Amino acid sequence: MSFQPVKFYQTGTFTVGNRLLPPEERSVQASAKRFNSINSGHRACQGCGEALGARYAIDAAMEATDGQVIAANATGCLEVFSTPYPETSWQIPWIHSLFGNTAAVATGIAAALKVKGLSQNPKTRVVAQGGDGGTTDIGFGCLSGMFERNDDVLYICYDNGGYMNTGVQRSSATPPAARTATTMAVGPEPGNVFGQGKFVPAIAMAHNIPYVATATVADLRDLEAKVRRAMEFRGARYIHILVPCPLGWGTPSQDTIKMARLAKETGIFPVFEAEHGEIKSVLAIRRPLPVEDYLRPQKRYAHLFGKTPALATIAHIQELADRNIRKYGLQARKEGH
Amino acid sequence: MLKQTEGSRAVAEAVAMCRPEVICAYPISPQTHIVEALGEMVKDGTLSPCEFINVESEFAAMSVAIGSAAAGARSYTATASQGLLFMAEAVYNASGLGLPIVMTVANRAIGAPINIWNDHSDALSQRDSGWLQLFAETNQEALDLHIQAFRLAEELSLPVMVCMDGFILTHAYERVDMPTQAQVDAYLPKYVPRQVLDPGEPVSIGAMVGPEAFMEVRYLAHAKQMEALELIPSYAAEFKSVFGRDSGGLTHTYRTEDAETIIVAMGSVLGTIKDVIDEMREEGHKIGVLGITLFRPFPLARVRESLQGAKRVVVLEKSMAVGLGGILSTNVRMALSGLHMHGYTVIAGLGGRAITKKSLHGLFRQAGQDALEPLTFLDLDWNMVNKQLEREKAHRRSGPVAENLLRDVGVVAARNY
Ligand SMILES: Cc1ncc(C[n+]2csc(CCOP(=O)(O)OP(=O)(O)O)c2C)c(N)n1
Ligand code: SF4
Ligand SMILES: [Mg+2]
Repeated sequence: MSFQPVKFYQTGTFTVGNRLLPPEERSVQASAKRFNSINSGHRACQGCGEALGARYAIDAAMEATDGQVIAANATGCLEVFSTPYPETSWQIPWIHSLFGNTAAVATGIAAALKVKGLSQNPKTRVVAQGGDGGTTDIGFGCLSGMFERNDDVLYICYDNGGYMNTGVQRSSATPPAARTATTMAVGPEPGNVFGQGKFVPAIAMAHNIPYVATATVADLRDLEAKVRRAMEFRGARYIHILVPCPLGWGTPSQDTIKMARLAKETGIFPVFEAEHGEIKSVLAIRRPLPVEDYLRPQKRYAHLFGKTPALATIAHIQELADRNIRKYGLQARKEGH
Repeated sequence: MLKQTEGSRAVAEAVAMCRPEVICAYPISPQTHIVEALGEMVKDGTLSPCEFINVESEFAAMSVAIGSAAAGARSYTATASQGLLFMAEAVYNASGLGLPIVMTVANRAIGAPINIWNDHSDALSQRDSGWLQLFAETNQEALDLHIQAFRLAEELSLPVMVCMDGFILTHAYERVDMPTQAQVDAYLPKYVPRQVLDPGEPVSIGAMVGPEAFMEVRYLAHAKQMEALELIPSYAAEFKSVFGRDSGGLTHTYRTEDAETIIVAMGSVLGTIKDVIDEMREEGHKIGVLGITLFRPFPLARVRESLQGAKRVVVLEKSMAVGLGGILSTNVRMALSGLHMHGYTVIAGLGGRAITKKSLHGLFRQAGQDALEPLTFLDLDWNMVNKQLEREKAHRRSGPVAENLLRDVGVVAARNY
């Protein structure tokens, strides 16, 4: 049977997408060879960034290991929507144990693979995955332990900024001012508190593990490349992917990619990679956009744009984005003339 | 080979002979000597191939064991007390997933007030977790039970907890008969998992199950435990043929044949009880004891059979169901349903309170005259209790209970570690 590759053109960016890239660098959106580790038929919402991110991340890991990936999964949307009894989307060996122990379960799998020795399957690698709640809150102890021991695990966090599976509650990754079911848009300071933030990629870097990266579902090739790069290392690795959640953010399903791109282009979410605790590269922002462009379309920030817009709050968020741009050196150099 | 050694060391050596492939370690007294000894064997290469992982919590210890068991490795850990509670969510998960992990619980009290000494509150808090629970009477039995535990766990695809009294057994230097590696190899076949994370044959483990099948999955866990009731006696018999001694099984009886009073207990206190029974027998008392080796699954039929000829049953236990009475005794009562006899619950030895022969003599004599309250707290200091109750009546802000009592006793609390 002849196979017609489906070309994948990215739109809405300053790049022209696949067309100008050499074939080996093109994304495998649709190919007979694609692993489809997470098969169709799962129950994610339309436009779910987490489903998209996981599909690309796991397939890239599969590609890097000749299809020898074992996954451990935390409780959360990804786990629930992918395994409605008696069905499963997973085409790879997959285990869900608990909400807060995924990094440790992955450590156990890696230990078993190691002790079983090279005799059995030297290529088999372990990927652990969880939502932001399962990673930055309840699973944080196990995650840090896994990092510190430098266990041979790639941990992927799908950050949608809240406990979505239980109905959109606040996690420590919920951004300031965002409305969730537990940070209501009422009172003198509606939405989430500003707090001090808890950016786990930076905490992962503080463990000096071999590889840490952030990514968004707006740049899927970048995400794939980072997963492939991560698989070149042995030891603990961490990829933190921003995955918009139409349900929790109050954004149209078709705008998931757009929201992820705006998070990056405003500096709200810095995209970079680091090796052994040092930043190696960043995805530069050509022309930083005002955070308002990112906030306004999302219902979780609707209270900032009422009759009297919360200018001070918006300015505060802008400051945080500007700080990211400075801190991570995100602003692309002006093009020379 | 006969050997004079510490209980923890004996258990560690027995576990090592079972060739575990992944061991997760987290310190908590009185369990720590076991994993320390194992860690040394892994580090110096005596135990190989084996991964020894120093985890950051007991919750991680059990979770690592879940991962390694699911990936097909024979997995072991040990804990006690607060550690067992800290891992509780993963304890239930391991059995729910049907993973044959073996864990030693060096029985210790649960705080607050924090207390490092022995009782059975920790293991019994997990009685409905779906793990098999074996209780050792001696260090010999503790090490033997570990060998049987791996066999049982792997045959049933269920995790097994081997419980041994903290300090009383774990830290006691006693003579034990150490098996040889050849004997253990002959007894314990290679681990062949029923389910394994294998890229060659991918399965999903731990999927969401709704009301349409949840009851059935849970029933099967119960049915599996019922199977253990059949398996355990046959494994114990086989153990005897390979190792030449009786160890394990469902229960042990001692001088119960014509007994009118039968004591029921678990763990090392059985030794003291037997001594008292011997002395009372000499005086003509018809008294015996039933030791429970297998607490989960609870051998209802065997317990009933052993007790039904008695006039009275005294359950002496190192645990308490607060607001009810006893835990073990509630289980024993279920075995005796419909039988007419006196039943007494005695809570004893909580937090390491010594259970002396003298106290047991008094207790058993009272029981023999049916002069015992249905629920007795052995050697409870009523003065201390009443003093505190009066203090609470007198002052609204009467302060923290434990500290008040310590001040009343006038001794410094035992060092915690
Ligand atoms: C110990 C424990 N606490 C709470 C829960 C309930 N719970 C299940 S999923 C979830 C939210 C998951 O949030 P996150 O990890 O961010 O994943 P998402 O659903 O957003 O992808 C919560 C709170 C649980 N399953 N276990
Ligand atoms: S709630 Fe959000 S994360 Fe969960 S399935 Fe829907 S879109 Fe995806
Ligand atoms: Mg989330």
